[in-house]
Amino acid sequence: MKKVEGKEVIRLRNVSKHYPMGSFVVKALSHLEFKVYEGEFVAIMGPSGSGKSTAMNLVGSLDIPTHGTVYLDGEDISKFSESDLAQVRGKRIGFIFQSFNLIPNLTVKENVMLPMMFQGTSLEERGEKAEVLLKLVELHDRMDHYPGEISGGQMQRVAIARSLANDPEVILADEPTGNLDTKTGAIVMEFLEKLNKEGKTIIMVTHDPDLAEKYADVVYWLLDGKLDKVTKRVGKRFVNITRHGKKGDKGKKK
Amino acid sequence: MNLDYLILALKNLKHRGIRSWLTLLGIFIGVTAVVSLIGLGAGLQAAVGAQFGISSTQVISVQAGGVNAFGAPGSGAANKLQMDDVDAINGLSNVELAIPRIISPASFEFRDIVSFGNVVSIPNGEGRRFAYDAMDLEVMSGRMLKNGDTNNVVLGYNFWGDEETYGERIVPGKNVLIQGEKFKVVGILEKKGSLLVDNMVFMNEEPLRDLMNYGDDVDLIAVKVRGEDLMDRTKEDIEKLMRQRRDVDAGEEDFDVSTPEAMMETVNQVLGGVQAFIVIIASISILVGALGIVNTMTTSVLERRKEIGIMKAIGGTNGQVFMQFFFESGMLGLLGGLVGVVLGTIISTAGILGINNFIGGDLSPSFDFVLIGGALAGSFVIGAVAGIVPAMQAAKQNPVEALRG
Repeated sequence: MKKVEGKEVIRLRNVSKHYPMGSFVVKALSHLEFKVYEGEFVAIMGPSGSGKSTAMNLVGSLDIPTHGTVYLDGEDISKFSESDLAQVRGKRIGFIFQSFNLIPNLTVKENVMLPMMFQGTSLEERGEKAEVLLKLVELHDRMDHYPGEISGGQMQRVAIARSLANDPEVILADEPTGNLDTKTGAIVMEFLEKLNKEGKTIIMVTHDPDLAEKYADVVYWLLDGKLDKVTKRVGKRFVNITRHGKKGDKGKKK
Repeated sequence: MNLDYLILALKNLKHRGIRSWLTLLGIFIGVTAVVSLIGLGAGLQAAVGAQFGISSTQVISVQAGGVNAFGAPGSGAANKLQMDDVDAINGLSNVELAIPRIISPASFEFRDIVSFGNVVSIPNGEGRRFAYDAMDLEVMSGRMLKNGDTNNVVLGYNFWGDEETYGERIVPGKNVLIQGEKFKVVGILEKKGSLLVDNMVFMNEEPLRDLMNYGDDVDLIAVKVRGEDLMDRTKEDIEKLMRQRRDVDAGEEDFDVSTPEAMMETVNQVLGGVQAFIVIIASISILVGALGIVNTMTTSVLERRKEIGIMKAIGGTNGQVFMQFFFESGMLGLLGGLVGVVLGTIISTAGILGINNFIGGDLSPSFDFVLIGGALAGSFVIGAVAGIVPAMQAAKQNPVEALRG
């Protein structure tokens, strides 16, 4: 797995996210430093409550940070209007969710076409592209089925096809195997791995360290809303490459 | 681009529960009311007009006693019209023909069953054809009266149609007693749908005068004008003439000269009131329907939060999310309108057929495509407007929170 560090796709600089909760403030994420380069397979690892969902929302530019800056392709996302951000997100990031999040009233094919509709792609082009993508995830024979008529593994493959609809640079997968059994989960992961080999940047959020270390090149370990460590694959092993900041020091002392 | 939202909206509506359809009740009742009402318009006018005995022929009627006299025309007047008046009107230059009419209440007896009704005179000579035309009379069976028919009568449709009153149908050839005198029925008229005409007995003028001791009195003068465009002027001429003859000033007339237009105007005023009432009810119904759409769309936005979150995550802008819910709401209204138009058209068609049956007319149901198009466009707009607030709620959902469901 030799990969040249390419273009910086997403960067979080000293990012914190606080939620007001009645009279006090929940610090969901504090001082996170995070960088993803083009073509990388990055995992964000952490137990529940570690802040990984918050991190995913920020990385996916679904949310903007309380402090710090999120850069998407070098641009500060807080500078975008809500709608511009949606457009940028739709173009540059493909989402895959734990619970698949397909729209139940639309067929498999229409679900895959939807992100392209939001980008203003013509109906014919949308249809053709959706068919190609569904062929890619080996579901072209289920095109006209509704999500309720196919299995969980198949739904997640549809979600993969949908995430690719606008040719995004980054695929953001939030616990993509969380609702699947081991076997179908492995099939889904194989697709993601294949996409990564073809040059897509993959960011996966997971609570499963084995899954993270099996597929990712770099793993960000979160704990209690803070970055605990960053490990990187070197040969067959992962080594700690935590860049020591103020908070990093504390982590090291532990 | 907008077509996409339309298709998406239709797909979503297809998966809607019965609850959504029920909220459309208001819209569809309102649209049904409006479409059927307007579709029935001409038919209603004809039906009500027939009730008042207003025929389509251009006839001016002159009667004593003014417009507010109750009972049969001219019957309540102290100063009755006379045969001289008929002659005088016949002398006016624009008048083609004026005929006297006697309408007298009388007893009617058949098979020992006595009832009371109006006996109407038919003049002899050239006035006969005019009288038949003016009232649009035709026999269903038997024949019309002829000159010299002294002991014969023609009866309105109900004497034949109303079997229950007399125990059997009265058919041509039967004898009946009018004011105790024996008359032979020679004809039965076709159904008019007017309670007035269908219950009338028709008799030649001379025997009726003798029977009722009428002397030279006349209840009503029917005037045929030389041309339709002369109606108003002739009406004024007659009024002037009658004022002179009866020695009254303008504004104090103890007689009334009316044209079918004027009578129809009264009918239209009544109908207008009824229509306005129905339109108000329809508007309230549509308003309730619109509120129903607001309600169902608001619920829908809450139920589909997650879907909204997904749309936003995969690149849907606020505007695009708004458009989807906006169109969906509009389509909901349109569907309500569609059901209303179909139902309204069925009702107005059935209504026209019913009116035809009732007045024996041959009105054909009219399909006003402008009306139908307007009703459909209107219901879409109502739905869409009702959907604005819910669609805005959908559009401003925070994607992170919405995704949580």
